[in-house]
Amino acid sequence: MYDKALRESDTKVKNYRLPKKQGLYDPSFEHDACGIGFIAHMKGNKSHDIVQDALNILTRLTHRGGQGSDVHSGDGAGILTQIPHDLFAEWGGRNGMPLPQPGKYGVGMLFLPGEAMLRATYEKKLEKIVRQEGFLTLGWRTVPTNGQVLGESAKRTKPEIRQIFVAAPAHVELPDDLAFERRLYVIRKRAEREIGRHAERTGNYFYFTSMSGRTIVYKGLLLPEQLPAFYTDLSDERYKSALAMVHSRFSTNTFPSWERAHPNRYTIHNGEINTIKGNVNWMRAREAKCASEWLPDMEKIRPIIDAKGSDSSMLDNCLEFLHLSGRSLAHAIMMMIPEPWAKDPLMDEKKKAFYEYHSCLMEPWDGPAALAFSDGKQIGACLDRNGLRPARYYVTDDDRVIFSSEVGVVPLSPERILFKDRLRPGQMLLVDTGQGRIIPDEEIKASVAKEHPYQEWLKSHSVDLDHLPKAPETPERRVDAQRLVKAQLTFGYTFEEVTKVIQPLAVHGEDPVGSMGYDAPLAVLSDRPQLLYNYFKQMFAQVTNPPIDAFLEEMITSMETTIGAEGNLLKPGPENCRRIRLKTPVLSNEELERISKNRLEGLKAVTLSMLFPVTGGRKGMEKALHKLFRAADKAIEDGASILILSDRGIDKNFAPIPALLAVSGLHHHLIRNGRRTDVSLLVESGEPREVHHIALLLGYGASAVNPYLVFATLEQMCADGQLGDVSAQEAAANYIRGVSKGLLKVIAKMGISTIQSYIGAQIFEAVGIREDVVDKYFTWTASRIGGIGLDTMADEVLQRHSRGFAANEGPKTLDPGDDFQWRSDGERHLFTPQTIHSLQQACRQNDYRLYKQYSRLVDEQSETFSTLRGLLEFDPNRQAIPLEEVEPVESILRRFKSGAMSFGSISKEAHETLAIAMNRIGGKSNSGEGGEDPARYVPDENGDSRNSAIKQVASGRFGVTSQYLIHADEIQIKMAQGAKPGEGGQLPAHKVYPWIAKARGSTPGVELISPPPHHDIYSIEDLAELIYDLKNANPHARINVKLVSEAGVGTIAAGVAKARADVILISGYDGGTGAAARSSIKHAGMPWEIGLAEAHQTLVLNGLRGRVRLETDGKMMTGRDVVIAAMLGAEEFGFATLPLVAMGCVMMRVCHLDTCPVGIATQNPELRAKFVGKPEHVENFMRFVAQEVREWMAKLGIRTMDEMIGRTDLLRVRKVPEHKKASLVDLSALLHRPEQLSPDQGERHFTYPQEHGLDSTLDRQKLLPLCQSVWSGRGEERVQAILPIHNTDRAAGTLLGSEVTRRYGAQGLPEDTIQLHFHGSAGQSFGAFVPRGITLILEGDANDYVGKGLSGGKIAIYPSPKSPFIPEKNIIIGNVAFYGATSGEAYIRGVAGERFCVRNSGANVVVEGVGNHGCEYMTGGRVVILGEIGKNFAAGMSGGVAYVWNPGGPSVERLCNLKLVDLEPLEDNEEIEIVRGMMERHVRYTHSAHAKKLLLDWNNTVRQFVRVIPREYKRILQAVERFRQSGVSGEEALLAAFQERKKA
Amino acid sequence: MGKPTGFLEYKREYMPERDPLARTGDWQDLYLPLPEHKLREQGARCMDCAVPFCQTGEWIDGSLVGCPINNLIPEWNDLVYRNQWKEALDRLLRTNNFPEFTGRACPAPCEGSCVLGLNDSAVTIKTIEQAIIDKGFAEGWIVPQPPLRRSGKQVAVVGSGPAGLACADQLNKAGHRVTVYERHDRIGGLLTYGIPKTKISQDIVERRIQLMREEGIEFVTGVEIGRDVPLESLRSGFDAVILCIGATEPRDLPLKGRDLNGIHFAMEFLHKNTKSLLDSGLKDGQYLSAEGKDVVVIGGGDTATDCITTALRHRCRSLVQFDIYPQKPSARSADNPWPMWPVVYKTDSGHKEAKAVFGKDPREFAVSAVEFLGDEHGNVTGVRSVKLNARKDEKGNWIREEIPGSEQVWPAQLVLLAIGFRGPEANLLRKMGIETNEKTLIATKKGRYETNIPGVFAAGDARRGQSLIVWAIREGREAAEACDRFLRNAR
Repeated sequence: MYDKALRESDTKVKNYRLPKKQGLYDPSFEHDACGIGFIAHMKGNKSHDIVQDALNILTRLTHRGGQGSDVHSGDGAGILTQIPHDLFAEWGGRNGMPLPQPGKYGVGMLFLPGEAMLRATYEKKLEKIVRQEGFLTLGWRTVPTNGQVLGESAKRTKPEIRQIFVAAPAHVELPDDLAFERRLYVIRKRAEREIGRHAERTGNYFYFTSMSGRTIVYKGLLLPEQLPAFYTDLSDERYKSALAMVHSRFSTNTFPSWERAHPNRYTIHNGEINTIKGNVNWMRAREAKCASEWLPDMEKIRPIIDAKGSDSSMLDNCLEFLHLSGRSLAHAIMMMIPEPWAKDPLMDEKKKAFYEYHSCLMEPWDGPAALAFSDGKQIGACLDRNGLRPARYYVTDDDRVIFSSEVGVVPLSPERILFKDRLRPGQMLLVDTGQGRIIPDEEIKASVAKEHPYQEWLKSHSVDLDHLPKAPETPERRVDAQRLVKAQLTFGYTFEEVTKVIQPLAVHGEDPVGSMGYDAPLAVLSDRPQLLYNYFKQMFAQVTNPPIDAFLEEMITSMETTIGAEGNLLKPGPENCRRIRLKTPVLSNEELERISKNRLEGLKAVTLSMLFPVTGGRKGMEKALHKLFRAADKAIEDGASILILSDRGIDKNFAPIPALLAVSGLHHHLIRNGRRTDVSLLVESGEPREVHHIALLLGYGASAVNPYLVFATLEQMCADGQLGDVSAQEAAANYIRGVSKGLLKVIAKMGISTIQSYIGAQIFEAVGIREDVVDKYFTWTASRIGGIGLDTMADEVLQRHSRGFAANEGPKTLDPGDDFQWRSDGERHLFTPQTIHSLQQACRQNDYRLYKQYSRLVDEQSETFSTLRGLLEFDPNRQAIPLEEVEPVESILRRFKSGAMSFGSISKEAHETLAIAMNRIGGKSNSGEGGEDPARYVPDENGDSRNSAIKQVASGRFGVTSQYLIHADEIQIKMAQGAKPGEGGQLPAHKVYPWIAKARGSTPGVELISPPPHHDIYSIEDLAELIYDLKNANPHARINVKLVSEAGVGTIAAGVAKARADVILISGYDGGTGAAARSSIKHAGMPWEIGLAEAHQTLVLNGLRGRVRLETDGKMMTGRDVVIAAMLGAEEFGFATLPLVAMGCVMMRVCHLDTCPVGIATQNPELRAKFVGKPEHVENFMRFVAQEVREWMAKLGIRTMDEMIGRTDLLRVRKVPEHKKASLVDLSALLHRPEQLSPDQGERHFTYPQEHGLDSTLDRQKLLPLCQSVWSGRGEERVQAILPIHNTDRAAGTLLGSEVTRRYGAQGLPEDTIQLHFHGSAGQSFGAFVPRGITLILEGDANDYVGKGLSGGKIAIYPSPKSPFIPEKNIIIGNVAFYGATSGEAYIRGVAGERFCVRNSGANVVVEGVGNHGCEYMTGGRVVILGEIGKNFAAGMSGGVAYVWNPGGPSVERLCNLKLVDLEPLEDNEEIEIVRGMMERHVRYTHSAHAKKLLLDWNNTVRQFVRVIPREYKRILQAVERFRQSGVSGEEALLAAFQERKKA
Repeated sequence: MGKPTGFLEYKREYMPERDPLARTGDWQDLYLPLPEHKLREQGARCMDCAVPFCQTGEWIDGSLVGCPINNLIPEWNDLVYRNQWKEALDRLLRTNNFPEFTGRACPAPCEGSCVLGLNDSAVTIKTIEQAIIDKGFAEGWIVPQPPLRRSGKQVAVVGSGPAGLACADQLNKAGHRVTVYERHDRIGGLLTYGIPKTKISQDIVERRIQLMREEGIEFVTGVEIGRDVPLESLRSGFDAVILCIGATEPRDLPLKGRDLNGIHFAMEFLHKNTKSLLDSGLKDGQYLSAEGKDVVVIGGGDTATDCITTALRHRCRSLVQFDIYPQKPSARSADNPWPMWPVVYKTDSGHKEAKAVFGKDPREFAVSAVEFLGDEHGNVTGVRSVKLNARKDEKGNWIREEIPGSEQVWPAQLVLLAIGFRGPEANLLRKMGIETNEKTLIATKKGRYETNIPGVFAAGDARRGQSLIVWAIREGREAAEACDRFLRNAR
């Protein structure tokens, strides 16, 4: 959409716009996030102080914003206030523009062209529109600004900023001021279209920051502190407001954009709207049907959504529209960002009905989102269902509400704060200055929910699928046995799919798992007819938004959807919910039958054929497709509201149109002709069977899918006894369950919680489809390398069809299938018996000649269209140089890394062999995410080191201690992995051997789960924080951020560079050795060639390339691969599969089964004994590759690697006319060389290190000097100090802690050697990774991530004694505290936010209340909670114990996720003493009156505790105890208990 | 994969072998079937490798790796484990026309490349293959399946060995009318006359022929194309002709005394024996009897072993086998790594029998015959041999030096030459006008199996040189495909 507009203006673009789409960079991929805040006087008292405080908040949030290559230009900052009438009136008076009373005039603030003539034209045009809409223009004011303060890029692109004052003529009587606002809205929308279009085309400014009679927005491409300096109005004492909303932006790009700064007109937003594409599609579809008495001239305001804007501004557009068309702000927000209602048994029925009813009108705009909003009278904020953004607020004794992403942003003395709270997930905070109070969440929602009788409407108009009359058994619905194989062949079924995909789904209800990546060609490079689904790759969330925890945080997810026609969005009535409710979008045959045969009014279903006549050939398919569109139009005219697209009835004359093409084509056809919301589309097809297939159909507009051939196949299999005891019916049910679960995983990896939001969201990238075809049938899908058109799609269908219906042979059988398995006559794979054998022999015999034999085989395979790089070739006209002149093997080897494979996924032998080899050659091995045995930090006697140079930090934080981090040369934050981007991991119980458990800080024989997201990274600024934390934890290590290739990874990389990563790794989708769902391995993510090129180009374009090193990996196999990667922009190179093959891996792909027959990917001692790999084998491989790289360099006349980086001019796209499909691929975008922003930023490779800002930390400035005496003196020294702390002091104590660990190792210092006493509001990550011997005491409060990775240290936090509130009722620390803590203790006097002690593996913590998801994934340690717990407590908790005391609150049982844990009384005497000891220490450190009281009444208190303990954990502990009692010693008892568990 | 841990739980088991001494008294199968539950366990040992080297069928570093007909081994192994015999049979028959032959008489390169063989004993692939097909016949799952429609084209296949039969089978399935010509009195080529009935009994061959007849293939025996019927007339009577005439020209050993009586090519010995056995139960005397004789077998391959098997059943007096190669190592040598065909010392069934009868393995390694000794009647009486010092040079070629003073004389009244075949019979080819290549094999166009005469194709040993049954089947299938393409284009 937006690209198109840009494309038009390409030639005329002036310098202020975002760079045009070029190469692989596409501005539509841009993301942003930020810090937000507001301050309001509840009673509506206006003052300049409010404005001033708001600006203070902004500067205190600077670290949450971003800075580009030009450090003086921020990514944007802004403020929304009420209209400062005094200021304007005074100015008006002086300048001959007397203003009416406040509220009787409106102010539009505009960014306008600098060029005077044009500006005047625009202004005149605007005035004309004002006039036409019946208003008067009172005058114009040039906003006083001080351009001196601007940074370079901001200065260069500064617009002219003017305010227009308008009013209604005296004779016009508007009923209320909302009517006034509506007029202004129409004026603005018209102007945006009529003038904005010209401006857009010619690259000029015409942008309203606001246009209202109530509010005004001052914003720009500014750093927070520049905002008041630039807009001098803001410092004017007469500038008064009762409320102010501020925003500091962190954009993934650094391209100057004044417009994209927040606030928008109503909202500021922290987070991201994951479902934006679908939301916008649906809004556009709904526009046609929208009619409102409030906005009679609907034509004037279309399009409702300005598709050029960011996701946040589009959300703002929608909210504004809903509000002005008659809904209250709160109502509109509840519609767009509903609470998770479907699975909440506690929710009020009326409210539930409200949500359910509105789900028929609109799909959720799925966050993560913290949203603040204001119409100038009300101001409020809300969190989406996930609650992934921090949102804290204070209420003061002078009626102020201070809300922000962080606490401590406004200096306040403790006694003035009446209470402190946070927004909980799904909650709304609403301050009504009219009513002069905070309206509680429940009250607002209850009042909105009772506006209409939603319950009754639902009852009378919507119906559950289950309640529809049962369809009669119709025999013709079955595919008979003889025809089954023909149908299967026509739809391309293979034996592999039937036995390895469908069968496991049908028997176990699980999407099957595989490992070792993917090594067959992309669909567009394959010679075999491919299903259309294979030309699409799933997108996934990384960095700028988190994947969600769909399984452990199930309460927020929903697979429910409804079908039928949508009504008028703006006119609430019962007919709007005339719909059928489906529990899952996968339908059985009988269910589809029910729908198609239903006789309910307004729910007429019509079936349309997706077949085309074979005789029509290629063209026949296109014709049939258009016939289908016409038939759909006709059916709609005839009153159908459900269209079933069906390919039943294939025979020798009729072949099926690919279902995806039919659905998506029709979806967009109907959007274009405005009829989309009249119908729901269902698919009845023999084609889909995998999760990916069904996900695509839904993503492109289907509401539900009936994969009938799967069910027919299952019936056949059942009849043949291939399903064991499972009946055909059970098999079908299992299949539906498994696919639904798989779908949930697919949507969750994009951060989407409800299938309703996923439908039509098009979260895919096309690989190998021609752009015009994409534009027509898959509109707005990224497709960057060209590819096939409809003719090839038809060809592939016809090829399959002829296999099925070829004239002659008798009985047919399915082809073997060759997707994840090599077959002699099957698809090409990079790993074949030949390549595996020759590589292994070469490495074992140290025979370069054999290696060359191998690399020739691989390169040839690559060139026969196995990989994209195979389609590239080197410039043939280069002058060769002698080999000796090329930099030596040794220096090239320093750029080589082995892949991240955890100890746990591979054996000790394999893991250490790799480490030794990489250390010997000066490369780097990677610990993977499973921690590391500290014994490996000590070099071996022969000088070898088994220490992994790269330590990985993944979402599970296994074994991530201060000591682990300090032994790293590089710390890698794994945001995604090639095998399964956007997913978490799982180490099944039988693989958690005692030695694995030890390294990971868990219990043997208990399953380990790592979450899909890092729970401290939900957004780009969070990543910046983690990078900062880790840099503090080891200032000498480079910080590496691992991303996976996908469309938009370039802008993400730019954001990561701005977040100050030192290295960015772009992994290919096909690499990755880890176990994952097969559909993820194959279908999620992109080849590294595209992602790497995009990242490199975007970084160069942004002037950020010199700050970071780029690394790539993913089936990197030969010297040629390395050279191409370097030319596409990589400086470092990772190898994972190949070193494994060198060590003996024969690509069994059974890593997930623990049965690796060569002892690599197994922990089974019997199999490990078969390991024959040696460090030399890996060394030989790496040397061979480096040597081969040198040979290529010599041939190309290049002396050093640095010279080669980013040199795409040395690459050509091969002409391959012999391969029909590959010849359609266009890789020229990969070779694009972008222009930089300015010539002085022309780096094409790493040139200078990041500025991490460690010198200005509290630690370096104060703490380290203070503590110097501990190690400089006699050693026994103790240090005590009292210091102030602010929210800008982040990771306090971490750098100090790293120094202690460096000097004293894992054991740290004696307890309390260093005692630091802070007062104030601590910044994020207070006390992160602090080791033993350090005690941090905080009087005040703290933000998110307190005690992250705590490594033995001690933390105590309590409120100031002067605070008037009750500590245990008020929030004191933020979200995600003690995430990944490994040991140590903490005492928190007050309530903590969401996700307390996630993945704690050993810390002992006392707290007085926690939010949702407490103790999630915990594997060890003890947590005592003396107060409320939130929902979903102990989800995924597999170790450690929690003790909850909350007798007055809701029952623990109801709040707990009981899948893994038991609830018990606290009875064991020893344990009672432990808890009491912890509470006594809590009292000692925090003076908690609450705990003191409980201790006094100890006998009663004990009885009121609920002990939360994981079942498996308990069982293992008991077993260990039993073995100990029988005389088995410690370690052996563990092993014995594990073996016993394994057998069970 | 049914049972991921199968290979850890079960050990390899072999088919039970009948007592070597006792079985030399008959011509029955040497082995007894494994019970079904054992077979399923053996199937469970298969690891269902993602890269199944067993089905590779390619030459890697000069060694055959895996099955030349690319049997879908992991698929049917798993199905057997799951007790899905019928489905296993379907998968097996996709690639293999005659598993009942290969399951019995294939040296199983698949097992040599089985990944489990990397550090354990390979899966019993061959045994499972045989069990699947035997069960298929026993259960009546194998029924004639004549093609649904006929193309109207006629094809003649010359030669009824495994290549000819596979070719005929494939062409028939494609709808062409096929006539197979065999010069001997029985169909089957080497399957019938080259392999002793202890390995493949005649009813196994007959059963298959009968099935093919019922599917519409016509068999003509006792007619030699090129001699009885000229190729041209065949060519004009059919739309295409495929020569699968084998490599029947034996390699000779032209030593002093070669023309003495009692020195025979192995194939003559085996052929006559089988014919007499099948015609009369060896009652007609129309065979070369080893009874009471000292027998020397020259050659180290499977045919030599077949000669031993046969001679033992004739009750020979003594038996010795010369192998010019030194005794192979008991485990793979460094230059023979997995997944190459394992060149290791093995004791074949014939050797076991000989040992049972004479108390001694009959093989003499690194021994070469240098002279045949005879009596005044021109009958052979013995063989003089010499020991060899055999080693490989740097390039891997064998160098053999006679060890001075190592000469030895072995008594012999029957000497059997089992040292391989040169190629198809040159005379016959000349008469047919078929061109040969430098290896004296039928020359064909690359990938097309077509000879110098348009519409005349060649496959099997005649084109490839002497080889395994599986190669013959592969050649037959590929030639059929080439021929089918030819016929369709001619339409």
